[in-house]
Amino acid sequence: MTSFRLIAAAGQLPQDFFQNRAHKTCIQEQGTVCPGWALDHIGEWVTPTLQHIVLVAVPVACGFVVAFGMALLAHRRRWLVAPFLGVSDVLFTIPSFALFYILLPLTGLGRTTAIIALTAYTLVILFRNTYSGLSNVPEEVKDAGRGMGLTERQLLWRVELPLAVPEIIGGLRIATVSTVALATLAVFINGGGLGVKVYPDISFLTGVLTTGIILLALAFVLDVALVIAQRLATPWLRVAQSR
Amino acid sequence: MIDPHLPLSFLGLFGHAINFILHGQEAETGGIHVGGPEKMAELALTQLKVTGLAMGLGLAIAFPAGVLLGHYGRGELLAVGIGNVGRALPELVIIAIAATTIGVGLLSVTLALTILAVPPILTNTFVAMRQVDRGVVDAARGMGMTPLEQIARVELPLGVPTIMGGIRTATINVVATATIAPLAGVLTLGDLIISRGANGDAGLVAAGICVALLALILEGLLAVLQRLLTSPGMKLARATA
Repeated sequence: MTSFRLIAAAGQLPQDFFQNRAHKTCIQEQGTVCPGWALDHIGEWVTPTLQHIVLVAVPVACGFVVAFGMALLAHRRRWLVAPFLGVSDVLFTIPSFALFYILLPLTGLGRTTAIIALTAYTLVILFRNTYSGLSNVPEEVKDAGRGMGLTERQLLWRVELPLAVPEIIGGLRIATVSTVALATLAVFINGGGLGVKVYPDISFLTGVLTTGIILLALAFVLDVALVIAQRLATPWLRVAQSR
Repeated sequence: MIDPHLPLSFLGLFGHAINFILHGQEAETGGIHVGGPEKMAELALTQLKVTGLAMGLGLAIAFPAGVLLGHYGRGELLAVGIGNVGRALPELVIIAIAATTIGVGLLSVTLALTILAVPPILTNTFVAMRQVDRGVVDAARGMGMTPLEQIARVELPLGVPTIMGGIRTATINVVATATIAPLAGVLTLGDLIISRGANGDAGLVAAGICVALLALILEGLLAVLQRLLTSPGMKLARATA
């Protein structure tokens, strides 16, 4: 399949090659947009979309678990903050696209490498937001909790973390939406995902636009889901707003 | 291909990549010589050139817009909304659309990268202007400053960290995306990735290393620039805080 696409992209195929394919005219006139063709062939996008969801969900979930642990650790042991932030600064600067290939000698071509690189990317965003969410809890609120007889552990789980939820979910939204876009590049390391519907057929405008629309829709749906999750997780904010 | 029987073959591939950058090698397809410092520098310079062009154009559009919208407090939905949508824009799709509709070449790559540069600059500049304490701006107005003086001498200096944050995010994103510019006919370091057949796995790793180095160098330069742009007064305030 890949080799066929490569040749097709290079324009070396004989004209009658597409004879038995329903999208003959649409493929031949690559600069034109034919929504009808895209709708008829939307099935071709199902597998890449499912792969893409894995390429987003796994890095965000893994990144969240590690970042959450790091943030709790840094919250307890303040001296860890500087090294954690330093490492995350450097990690954030190295583009995940470059990281794909730096990891290549260790993990080879394929989805694993893409997932590790994207995890590193989400980790940075999620650590910063979770840590700053915990740090931004006002000291008076914590004192009130202590006054009510909460232990440090109870204070963390019942006061600090709930109050940090908006910032933590804010980080999750940024990480998720940017990973939806970034995961498209996984195609360059044989990682699958929606990128396969763009490269190497990059001049097939109908396919490229359809892929773009699916990517934006995916980002939007996941973002809305996280906003709803935040509303459910912070019922007190709605009470405060309605007053 | 890399010899799979090499002991510590993963170190071997890193070694091959370094060798690819420093000396180059014969193409996997035979015949021509690929890699080597001159070729790598040429590709990296092209990548820096398109990054510079796109950042210049992006700044020229987004910075004044962010300053004006922020100063007058208008268009919050637009400025913040563009930032949110910007994060969702798939780089590969933008490059592909630009290459198909505008045609291959420097123009379409520059425009595609500019689309990626604008959102973080616009949103951060807007937010930087808005988060300046209104009391401070009122004080500036009370001292008889014109709107231009308020912007240049009060709001912008206080907003430097946030504005530079946006510029740094945009630069990293643009220089990373410039890697796939060969799809639109501009030969950057990504040529080693797109022409995988000729350059082999060593070329892929070499491209990854060089793009990461470019990003780290640009980030370092921008950090220095940020220090230079931060007014002495603000450094003083931070030191005594």
